[in-house]
Amino acid sequence: MSAASGGPLKVLVLVKHVPDAQFERHLTGADHGIDRSESILSELDEYAIEAALQLVEARGGVKAGHTVTALTMGPERAAAAVKKALQMGATDGVHITDPALAGSDAAATSLVLATAITHLGGFDVVVTGMASTDGETSLVPAQLAERLGLAQLTMVSSLALGDDGVLTGRRDSDTTSTTLTAAAPAIVSVTDQGEEPRYPNFKGIMGAKKKKTVALSVADLGLDPSQVGAAGSWTRVEDAAPRPPRTAGTVITDEGDAGVQLVDFLAGKKLL
Amino acid sequence: MANILVFIDTPAARPGKAQRELLTLAQRLGDPVVVLGAPAADDTVAAAGQLGAAAVYAPAGPLDGTLIAGQALLVAEAARACDAAAVLLPNTIDGKEIAARVGIKLSSGVITDAIDVSADLAVTKQVLAGGYTVTARATQGIPVITVKPNSIEPAEASPATPSSTTLDVSDHGPAATVADTAAKPASGRPALQDARIVVSGGRGLDGDFTPVEELADALGAAVGASRAATDAGWIEHAYQVGQTGKTISPQLYICAGISGAIQHKAGMQTSQVIVAVNSDEDAPIFEIADFGIVGDARTVLPQAAAEIKRRQG
Repeated sequence: MSAASGGPLKVLVLVKHVPDAQFERHLTGADHGIDRSESILSELDEYAIEAALQLVEARGGVKAGHTVTALTMGPERAAAAVKKALQMGATDGVHITDPALAGSDAAATSLVLATAITHLGGFDVVVTGMASTDGETSLVPAQLAERLGLAQLTMVSSLALGDDGVLTGRRDSDTTSTTLTAAAPAIVSVTDQGEEPRYPNFKGIMGAKKKKTVALSVADLGLDPSQVGAAGSWTRVEDAAPRPPRTAGTVITDEGDAGVQLVDFLAGKKLL
Repeated sequence: MANILVFIDTPAARPGKAQRELLTLAQRLGDPVVVLGAPAADDTVAAAGQLGAAAVYAPAGPLDGTLIAGQALLVAEAARACDAAAVLLPNTIDGKEIAARVGIKLSSGVITDAIDVSADLAVTKQVLAGGYTVTARATQGIPVITVKPNSIEPAEASPATPSSTTLDVSDHGPAATVADTAAKPASGRPALQDARIVVSGGRGLDGDFTPVEELADALGAAVGASRAATDAGWIEHAYQVGQTGKTISPQLYICAGISGAIQHKAGMQTSQVIVAVNSDEDAPIFEIADFGIVGDARTVLPQAAAEIKRRQG
């Protein structure tokens, strides 16, 4: 690792294969897991890939020996998430896959990811999206920082790495805009307000076929199956019920007094 | 009764509604104990006491110079010190990240986005953008729970004179430095996430949010927007309601010029009452609206705002 020395930069981007939010999504089975049949790379992770690529491109890119490794954890078909990252420009991939991983909550996921980061020799910067679009908890980046004892530079909408190895990012809340700095190595999560993710071009798509993806099992990481998946999770979903479908109410066409009718409706519902 | 630890991120002499909701929930589950996110002051400790806290923990020095690590150690130390049976935090970005790290420090399950917690500490939350309501439980350690605003009706508490304990959390480990903080200009309207009423605008407004703002102000409501409107730069991203923006459940959601793509519905379909104004009678938003108006939001909204003002005299 050499964020400050000008040597090759090692960047890791964490990507997740999630059910496509453009379709209705469902919970299934006794453990109320999510149906993953119509899955894609999480839209929010594309921003993480873009931010990771821009970090190395600002220093001369892949040609200068910098690397952007895309890592996912999930079943066989989750490899599609890594493939998309490789097409966008990541240099190599890691796919942690093992039947024992099914049902992992944030704590179990962060254990596996933190162990893998150490197993792979560490990175200057680990970049994630702001949340997965399925679990939506945003817990994993902070848990990685805690487990690895690294600074977190999370929920930033801009990211830069100085020659001195210091990362700078902007974190916005509804009421404040904060500038954060942290020396690499650090855990970064980026929002969807950063640079628009690039589309893979033809060269990227063809080039990705030659890039290497390493598969790792739970045993490869030196973990016991009881530490991961549903068995290693610290939370459990006990019950799940689909929200009753909303039904359409009254629909009127404006004939010049719809604004008044709207107020009548609100008054009737005691909402004024 | 068991101690229920509540994290008050920004202590104030007059705690806000979200903070009072957390204390009310804690009272329901056990004996509330408060950990303040800033050094104790007489008025903030007294305020916690007014809300029923028998004990207050606070850091020795300010924690806002670094990101999250100090607060996480603070909350974990307070939980250990009072032998908490559960920890409740606000469901903000900071609150969730602090909860995440507290969970690791205490080897405890973390559950975000709670809308209710039962006496036996089972958590109710909505997942998949409101598509399902689930009951979840921490199976290891003590539950660390972030609670959504507007979930609990704040109730009066029997006031206590709390003990006050200072915790030294300077040894919190690596953290990002807060180099600069700039306040964004205040709109004077309620915050989108906490508001009882939200008026949102989308593509159909054609770039001008004035009608949405006027109706919002007549109703005392917050302003929201669809992704199309924020992507077009008509309004700041912070106002976006939807899958990649904010998920809200106000009592009343009025959307104007928003077609109702799944992406947007994900952020608002758990609202109690939905009103939609759209010029396209086939817009999917009408399938979930309690009251729909096929018409131009740019004339319907100003008329409604004027009518409300007229009735209010």
